Amino acid sequence: MTHMGDTNPQRPNSAAALPEDRSVWAIELEKINKRFGAVHANKDIDLRVRRGTIHGIVGENGAGKSTLMSILYGFYTADSGTIRVNGVAHAITDSRHALALGIGMVHQHFMLVDNMTVLENVVLGAEGSQLLNKTFARARSQLVELGREYGLDVDPDALIENISVGQQQRVEILKALFRGADTLILDEPTGVLTPAEADHLFRVLETLRAEGKTVILITHKLREIMAITDSVSVMRNGELIETLQTSATSPEHLAELMVGRRVLLRVEKGPASPGEIVLDVENLSVVDRLGVQRVKDVSFSVRAGEIVGIAGVAGNGQSELLEAVTGIADPRSGVVRIKGNALDIKGDDGAARARRAGMAHVPEDRHRMGLVMTFEEWENSILGYETYSEYGKGQLLDIAAARAEAQKRIEMFDIRPNNIRLKTANFSGGNQQKIVLAREMDRQLDVLVVGQPTRGVDIGAIEFIHSQIIKMRDAGKAVLLVSVELDEIRSLSDRILVMFDGRIVAEADPETASESELGMMMAGAYEKTETAR
Amino acid sequence: MSARRPLPRWADIIVLPAVNLAMAFLISGLVVLMIGENPLRAVQIILYGAFGYGDGVGYTLYYATNFVFAGLAFAIAAHAGLFNIGGNGQAYVAGLGAIVVALALDQTHWLIAMPAAMVAAAICGGVWGLIPGYLQAKRGSHVVITTIMFNFIAAALMVYMVNRVLKPTTTMAPESATIATMGRVPQLRQFIPYFGYSPVNLTIVVAIALLVLTYILIWHTKLGYQLRTLGQNPVASQYAGMSNSRLIMIAMTLSGACAGMIAINEVLGVQNRLVLDFVADAGFVGIAVALIGRNHPIGIGLAAILFGALYQGGQELQFVMPSVTREMIEVIQALIILFTGAMEGLFRPALERGFALLSVEQRAEAMARSTVDSES
Repeated sequence: MTHMGDTNPQRPNSAAALPEDRSVWAIELEKINKRFGAVHANKDIDLRVRRGTIHGIVGENGAGKSTLMSILYGFYTADSGTIRVNGVAHAITDSRHALALGIGMVHQHFMLVDNMTVLENVVLGAEGSQLLNKTFARARSQLVELGREYGLDVDPDALIENISVGQQQRVEILKALFRGADTLILDEPTGVLTPAEADHLFRVLETLRAEGKTVILITHKLREIMAITDSVSVMRNGELIETLQTSATSPEHLAELMVGRRVLLRVEKGPASPGEIVLDVENLSVVDRLGVQRVKDVSFSVRAGEIVGIAGVAGNGQSELLEAVTGIADPRSGVVRIKGNALDIKGDDGAARARRAGMAHVPEDRHRMGLVMTFEEWENSILGYETYSEYGKGQLLDIAAARAEAQKRIEMFDIRPNNIRLKTANFSGGNQQKIVLAREMDRQLDVLVVGQPTRGVDIGAIEFIHSQIIKMRDAGKAVLLVSVELDEIRSLSDRILVMFDGRIVAEADPETASESELGMMMAGAYEKTETAR
Repeated sequence: MSARRPLPRWADIIVLPAVNLAMAFLISGLVVLMIGENPLRAVQIILYGAFGYGDGVGYTLYYATNFVFAGLAFAIAAHAGLFNIGGNGQAYVAGLGAIVVALALDQTHWLIAMPAAMVAAAICGGVWGLIPGYLQAKRGSHVVITTIMFNFIAAALMVYMVNRVLKPTTTMAPESATIATMGRVPQLRQFIPYFGYSPVNLTIVVAIALLVLTYILIWHTKLGYQLRTLGQNPVASQYAGMSNSRLIMIAMTLSGACAGMIAINEVLGVQNRLVLDFVADAGFVGIAVALIGRNHPIGIGLAAILFGALYQGGQELQFVMPSVTREMIEVIQALIILFTGAMEGLFRPALERGFALLSVEQRAEAMARSTVDSES
């Protein structure tokens, strides 16, 4: 891990081909270093992005991609190294400076004011003068023009809160273009989009490229890299491992470079042999605090030895459905049965009764719900099961037993670092997820409910998590899987239910349903017409 | 942007509070200097007054007993994520239970009267904590607000009870009848003459026992685990199926009961009767004690002795240095609370940077050593 160690002879120093001509590079980063305390987040990074191309950057969480882009966008200052924009070296001090140099960024979480119009958001921060009339008039005509040019149509007078996530993203791109960006950085842009919206985004990016703009795309989805980029850089452990022509590589090769070992991208699973109905949900309706009905009369069942996947764009009631089924939130009406016995899931300790009845739950959001970040690892290994007799007969907690079990699990699930006394917040996302999985899977259970099992998890861990879920199915458990990753749903599920606007609008067979078909269902195209509230 | 790395645990528990205390004392010293006295001599007087002779030690421990109860009361609620400011009122109302039982068992040996009074005090203090707990759990009224209000209600209630109910017709003073000698909690001076005339009594054993019991409760019981889960992440406790509303009520009840033990120290141990305002704001000092002690029983024990010493040594200082008034002592205490409580994090970034530097250097050294090893 020394600095000298990364003189990789294979690294294609593409500059060598054109040593003198700097004009083809929109962005050049040379020997960028950034440390956070003892963490060396970026080590001697050399990256060149050719003007008028789409350049992908892939890497696991913590590989240093976001740090690198933040340095380029002026959020951080590099400890050492040079940034050249269009061949001229600049010390980028803040994002305003970056914008002035023509670098725009679309963040993963949008930076928009919800209760302002599209036009106001675009102008915000670039008003120009005290009187807004002229700016607005100019911005309006420019928006229309940009919209036509790049296929970024948005109603300038719509409120942000009233437009879809996909349109909000267009506003973010428009904002950057309005400020004169020539180079656009997009950080995980498709995470919140439906497949159709993602396709539209890619068409926009292609148009931008055709107009001579440069796009840097940060993503962990190798499929997107293969589909849209011209070249791709792989980062691992703060180092830039390799930059390749996309046409000359494959997803398998990229995954291997990212993880540092061979990775199985395809989930290997045999045919399901469904048995009796284990989990049975009947006419479940959930109303949230604001009185909005989130889950509308949903019924379905899951058999033993079967994975039922619920697909849908985030925010269509999946989260609320999960919380009601597992006893965390009270449903307004409906019944949940395990092996024919109705669960008493009402009250704020409903989750404990669901658990006692044999339902384990890997929640969607491990940070908010599944773990106590300030606890030591072993303490999280008993969360929800702390009253069980394995951890002490009476009121006293048998710490030795809990720690011994945690130690066994940390080895069984290869959780790293192998230290049950370490604070949970100090584990990486993938290892935190493994802590939750180990706790929920390693015990007697009939039903496993899993929400977003691989959200924010590295490719290497994804492979392991998927195989564990299939192992549970093969052991005859009923598995209910909720994920916004359509690939995940398709590769794991034996049956797919599509959720839209609080209802299950369709059932699909993962073997036969195509991605675009599922995408249409998720977008509500097949919604039954009885939308009376 | 400099990196923020958390402090090592030992530094968090020892170094940071020590730096905060040092700052508080430094500024207090400047204040003493400003009124024309010698700060070093003032420190000397405080230390001698608090620890220099038997009576002083006894008083320090007597004050510390109250502060332990109040500090634990705050800490138990704090572990469950609740900010119980009502320790004072809970202790005050607990006095009602203590005196009623003590007077009812008049002429009973203290070995019976004291435990009975403890139960009664715990119940009264517990109920006074439970009500705000219930309001928080079931009605969403914030305990910070309700416990403050319950302090005022307690004060009004006790004035009424003492003047209209408990006061014997034969006296004019606003106080209850006196407990017979037999039922009083024995003074430590009865066994250890070293303590002179100081009022430190057997209640201190209860305080020490409660320190141990609280430690066991928080870190070695299932209930303690649940309380900590609630305190650290209420969404996770909901997910785990712990009843958050039940836990809030339990935490507030235990907290109030703990504060109620102040009544045993004061009513059965020192005053031998219920007087108005016997808590003397010990409940509020307990908040500072718990903050300095980082809600850990060992820290609370030490912080309680610190504040006991300041109370006792401060009174000695007033006596010896008349220009240092009672208000000055309060200023010093307030500075300590300010630095350890309100501005607790003031020096954290600097310390973190220092420790980060240290660890980077250590790592660099270790790395250099290992590369040399591997090359040789």
